[in-house]
Amino acid sequence: MIFYLLRRLAGAVVLLLIVTMAVFAIFFLIPRLGGATSDQLAARYVGKSPSPEAISQVKHSLGLDKSVPEQYGKFVKGMIAGKDYDTGVRKVHCAPPCLGFSFRNNLEVWPRLQDRIPVTLSLAAGAAVIWLIAGVSIGVISALKRGSLWDRFSMGFALAGVSLPPFFTGLVALALFSYQWPIFKGVHYVPFFDNPGSWAWNLVLPWLTLAFLYAALYARLTRAGMLETMSEDYIRTARAKGLRERDVIVKHGLRAALTPILTIFGMDVGLLLGGAILTEQVYSLDGIGKFAVEAITQQDLPEVLGVTMIAAIFVILANLVVDLLYAVVDPRVRT
Amino acid sequence: MTAPIETTGVAREAHPEAIAESAGVRIEGRSLGQIAWARFRRDKVAMAGGVVIIFMILVAIFAPVITSFVGGDPAEYHDDLLDPVLNIPNGSFGGASWDHPLGLEPVNGRDIFSRIVYGARISMLVAFLATLLSVVIGVVLGTVAGYFGGWVDALISRAMDVFLAFPLLLFAIAIGSSLQGEAFGMKGDTLRVTVLIFVIGFFSWPYIARIVRGQTLSLREREFVEAARSLGATDRHIIFKELLPNLVGPILVYSTLLIPTNILFEAALSYLGVGVQEPTASWGGMLARATSRYEDAPMFMVVPGVTIFITVLAFNLLGDGLRDALDPRSR
Repeated sequence: MIFYLLRRLAGAVVLLLIVTMAVFAIFFLIPRLGGATSDQLAARYVGKSPSPEAISQVKHSLGLDKSVPEQYGKFVKGMIAGKDYDTGVRKVHCAPPCLGFSFRNNLEVWPRLQDRIPVTLSLAAGAAVIWLIAGVSIGVISALKRGSLWDRFSMGFALAGVSLPPFFTGLVALALFSYQWPIFKGVHYVPFFDNPGSWAWNLVLPWLTLAFLYAALYARLTRAGMLETMSEDYIRTARAKGLRERDVIVKHGLRAALTPILTIFGMDVGLLLGGAILTEQVYSLDGIGKFAVEAITQQDLPEVLGVTMIAAIFVILANLVVDLLYAVVDPRVRT
Repeated sequence: MTAPIETTGVAREAHPEAIAESAGVRIEGRSLGQIAWARFRRDKVAMAGGVVIIFMILVAIFAPVITSFVGGDPAEYHDDLLDPVLNIPNGSFGGASWDHPLGLEPVNGRDIFSRIVYGARISMLVAFLATLLSVVIGVVLGTVAGYFGGWVDALISRAMDVFLAFPLLLFAIAIGSSLQGEAFGMKGDTLRVTVLIFVIGFFSWPYIARIVRGQTLSLREREFVEAARSLGATDRHIIFKELLPNLVGPILVYSTLLIPTNILFEAALSYLGVGVQEPTASWGGMLARATSRYEDAPMFMVVPGVTIFITVLAFNLLGDGLRDALDPRSR
């Protein structure tokens, strides 16, 4: 078990390194390949209408005048050890973890992101719970009642679910349940510790919107997995032992069918985050997704960079959690 | 599974010789393609999907011709048809009329039908070319990984895991915003569309590569490959002449199923503002503008939303139908 955990942890660290390289490449290598000079590149990291001195100063502090490995070194070191920025008016120290400094707002990126993380976390975690529970139970029932009206209906529903973009279902949900029949009026984020009831009530529509996208897909996967496991020999053995049908299905069938679902879920955490970005945008929830979109509209590259890093770290952590859950469900991996 | 006795289709395919012998007829061999086409033709739902797709492609190609009859210029303002106070179109159903069958946009009164028709161009262009790109990368890396195995396979498989685990949408946004203004000697919509194609194509190859790798792994051990190898065939010959022809089916199926994913990907990126810029029309961009007007102009969001839904659903149905036709075991 310990060995398994250590291996997973090491894998996560390697992945984190790859992420920093990918982010570095996206923001500093690809634009350069596209023909941007280091002056133009530096100009994106200073305020509007920058002075030549400010540009050359940023160019130096980002190491844009150095070789690529040195630039990357500076990039990583800045995040871990912190960094000093000169806005022209005052000098700012960006304390670690330093995810950059936005020259448009004259603010550090990380503290502003901190307020946003609970929003995205609430949205994504709640939706994931609904999506897994709904998807798995619809799939199990479909598999047990194969060919029935329920089965056909839910599989048709699943196909519709994967064909609808969340930014459309969200809008329809808003138009119907917030405007036409104001059950969920004025959806906005309420911190959990302020008022748990209001927190949940406001998140019902966003949760359902996000969960609908993939609950459908998971229903299809669970159905296929359940059909396969229920025809295994050990299920017959379990029945022959005289176990109650419920125990056969839940303890023997479902448990085995659930493991591959969990693996796929681990891979879909990235998709979940993508869906969360879109859902936040529809419902105007101030999460990291909306932060990213606002940063794009204002062409605030340091903010986009910071949010990309945070999102990647979030996905890596979520994958680690899924790996741990995996060890709980499937005893074979605990070696 | 015990199959019920059927008099048509399935039973005849299962035991062609037996039936032919009893009937005293000489049977003709059918290629996989013919069998698949015969099965596919019976799948009404998949056929319907195919018809919708062909219609959409024609709409995209003939967009200027269609809008010259109905709708007009997608960028033309019809402010005179809007309520001067509320800024929403006069009349019911978002101002629908013979001239503007799907109504008008609030605020500036552009024709929604024309914008949908022109939006189909961006959507189809990006989805098809991005899928083509990911199929090329996916097939090359998938066969290489499956055929050669060893550290090459380990490296490519790890790369696939990493790609699949990443928040693709966010990375795509990041690339979209880091390539602004002018890059690679392109600017404006040309740059945006190219960036969309490359970003989407570059991020979705693992879906194809994973399937191709799995198929290659199992095909590699088959007798006909061994026979070819024992006759002294080169790797190149085995890959191109023995393996790839057997991979055409799965590649076709999964590329068809990748297109709808890519349509949604493009719509999402345009929705978030990294796609083509106004006044060029895109379905995602239309939904983005409709987001703040769902209360007073519902038609504005319903039309692009339903268009995306129908198109994506059609591709999904076609893909499912192709899979059933080419691989009867999957049913």
